[in-house]
Amino acid sequence: MTATGKKGRRKPPLGIVTRPGSSLRNKTGPWGILRPVFDWEKCTGCNTCESICPEGCIRHLEKKQYEADMEYCKGCGMCAETCPADAITMEEEHR
Amino acid sequence: MSAPKFAYETTRGFLPGHRACAGCGQAAAVRVIMEVVGPKAVAANATGCLEVFSTPHPESAWGIPWIHSLFENQAAVASGIEAALKKQGKLDGVKVLAFGGDGATLDIGFGALSGMFERGHDVLYVCMDNEAYMNTGVQRSGSTPFAASTTTSPAGRMSFGEDRPKKDLPAIAAAHGIPYVATASMSLFADLRRKVKKAVGTRGPKYVQVHVPCPPGWGYDEKLSMEVGRLAVECGLYPLVEWENGKVTRVRKIKKVPVEEYLKGQRRFRHLFRTEEGKAQIARIQELADESIERYGLVG
Repeated sequence: MTATGKKGRRKPPLGIVTRPGSSLRNKTGPWGILRPVFDWEKCTGCNTCESICPEGCIRHLEKKQYEADMEYCKGCGMCAETCPADAITMEEEHR
Repeated sequence: MSAPKFAYETTRGFLPGHRACAGCGQAAAVRVIMEVVGPKAVAANATGCLEVFSTPHPESAWGIPWIHSLFENQAAVASGIEAALKKQGKLDGVKVLAFGGDGATLDIGFGALSGMFERGHDVLYVCMDNEAYMNTGVQRSGSTPFAASTTTSPAGRMSFGEDRPKKDLPAIAAAHGIPYVATASMSLFADLRRKVKKAVGTRGPKYVQVHVPCPPGWGYDEKLSMEVGRLAVECGLYPLVEWENGKVTRVRKIKKVPVEEYLKGQRRFRHLFRTEEGKAQIARIQELADESIERYGLVG
């Protein structure tokens, strides 16, 4: 059974529906006190940091250059700990 | 410092802004899985950490159609989605996924899961195995390993923690004779990626169990998630095995490390290192690891 909303649009009969990707408005950046600093000289471009980031906020800019989006980075430090080339260090963030 | 602004396409399977703890292994695993599966998918999710942190009302971190109904019926809901798409002739190229935590899979939703396997629905079931009910505050589940301390199996003078070994659900799933069953670990993400790719390319019911470290539940520093998960595999307590049509087809060989290496970094096992009786339990855990190493031929 499908209920009809105000403007005649079909609405699901039960439950709560939200837009895909609407969590982007929740900036999780201020959660952390550390931030990753990338040393592009040491980077080998292995893509490990981008693959393992739980937030998905590390981006591959170009060859051997990565950057983290500080609007979402929670500062867990998994990227720095796992980086095979030790090209990432965690530094305290001053706001 | 100027924060770089990135554009995030909402067609990406799993987006930032979710409320997972810092260093969450599960969030990392879901990202790897959704990258492989792609945007043309439908997911049913059980109650659990994943459901709670990815969809706090009124937001959703998913870029695909996603549904949460109850704790126990994610396999049944996914079966229904698959059957409906099939009837409408829309199943071609659409991947139906079901996500559940270890509590939802091994304990609560086990009947529905078994039914999904037996009816042969074309669904990929992913179990996020963090070895307890982490969402509600670390209660023991069927997946909690031997001697782990949880809030419902606390270690103390009268107890050394959980007294039953982990339930071997992958072997039970394989016993259904389904086309593909695999265990994976979030720490070995290339291996996880390959297994998910293989699973989505197979027709019929598939089961992938992913070991996902949990910093607050297991009690280790959040930056060590990858290391802890890797040690669980390397010591033999979490064998990475693939079954096809009920037969073991591939195992990941390990460099055998003593189980102490894995246990010592975690708060849920720290009581074992304090007493003589605890040492005896460590020896028993080593026996369990040796047993699985022997059963699957993990060394050599």
